[in-house]
Amino acid sequence: MFARALGLKHPGGPKVEELAGEGKLFIQLPYVVKGMDLSYSGLYTAAIGKIGHCRIEDLCYSVQEVCFSMLAEVTERALAHTGKREVLLTGGVARNKRLQEMIEYISKEHDAEFHVVPPSLAGDNGAMIAWTGILEYASGRIIRVEESRVKPRWRLDEVTVPWMEES
Amino acid sequence: MLFRKGAEAHLFLEDLFGRKVLVKVRVTKNYRVTELDLLLRRQRTVREARLLHAAKRAGVPAPTVYLVDVDNATIIMDYVEGGTLKELIKSGRLPGEELRKRLYEVGKSIGRLHRMGVIHGDLTTSNMILSRGKIFFIDFGLGDFSRSVEDRGVDLHLMKRALESTHYDVFEEAFGIILQGYRSSFSGADAVIEKMWEIERRGRYSER
Repeated sequence: MFARALGLKHPGGPKVEELAGEGKLFIQLPYVVKGMDLSYSGLYTAAIGKIGHCRIEDLCYSVQEVCFSMLAEVTERALAHTGKREVLLTGGVARNKRLQEMIEYISKEHDAEFHVVPPSLAGDNGAMIAWTGILEYASGRIIRVEESRVKPRWRLDEVTVPWMEES
Repeated sequence: MLFRKGAEAHLFLEDLFGRKVLVKVRVTKNYRVTELDLLLRRQRTVREARLLHAAKRAGVPAPTVYLVDVDNATIIMDYVEGGTLKELIKSGRLPGEELRKRLYEVGKSIGRLHRMGVIHGDLTTSNMILSRGKIFFIDFGLGDFSRSVEDRGVDLHLMKRALESTHYDVFEEAFGIILQGYRSSFSGADAVIEKMWEIERRGRYSER
């Protein structure tokens, strides 16, 4: 959304990362973490308001630093709380080197193995859905196509994963 | 002496002129840039000290703050010695009548905090300590100043969740007594309790 506001073409993420690499000055932006939840709405509004008032490289750099620091902090809290031994970074932004660096750092500190999806699959939602389908099928969770439907509000923590061992 | 290592701070137990004190140091996080790191650690240190002070002003037993070192993100505070409410409930050491009295006290204290615009942010039975005959509230590290019904509702909701998961066997009666105490000290209690149920119904926290 931020990349679009800057007028960058899709996918804007890599371009933001590139610009951020040229950033030097840190601009203060809202940082909102509550327990293990975070919110980007205030940050987005504030960042949009700064467009045209500062170097675009500095803004990209600051947005990236604040966004990722929030992610790193909740990841760290989750690791400390659950004592899990593995971290998997997925999704389009998983391609970002700076985010990888931060999450890897946190993982090491908590003796957890760090993994990241291959760049070619990071933003590929079709592949993610298809792979989940294969796992579901292999676990015997089958639904007829006619009975299947879209569940837009399905939350990650509500998904049953019978193919995973208890950890 | 290192006492405990939390996600964002290290706690040390030290001696200050013959008094046991807790030194809470928010440590540098090397994964984030220095500017942001300093800002967050300073901001949170100041906020926590203010919240502790506000809690005491509200009449809620909380550690006394002796020193706030903003540049080093450090708070030196009173060490509250005693068992946690969690241990007290689990051990069954406290007679029923006494325990009910304590739970009522907890509710009353939450009400007093909310009345003062203080949100604790992590109301669990591990963050309540029976010491010097009173229940002390500790660890305001996730707290905030707010008078919104939503924030108060979430605070209460967290207390409920903590009780449900840790003390499921006595949950219903225990939470009922806490709510009675909450109503006794805070006139806006009913609206917050109503909000708490709504937060639960919103679905994030329940099956759909």
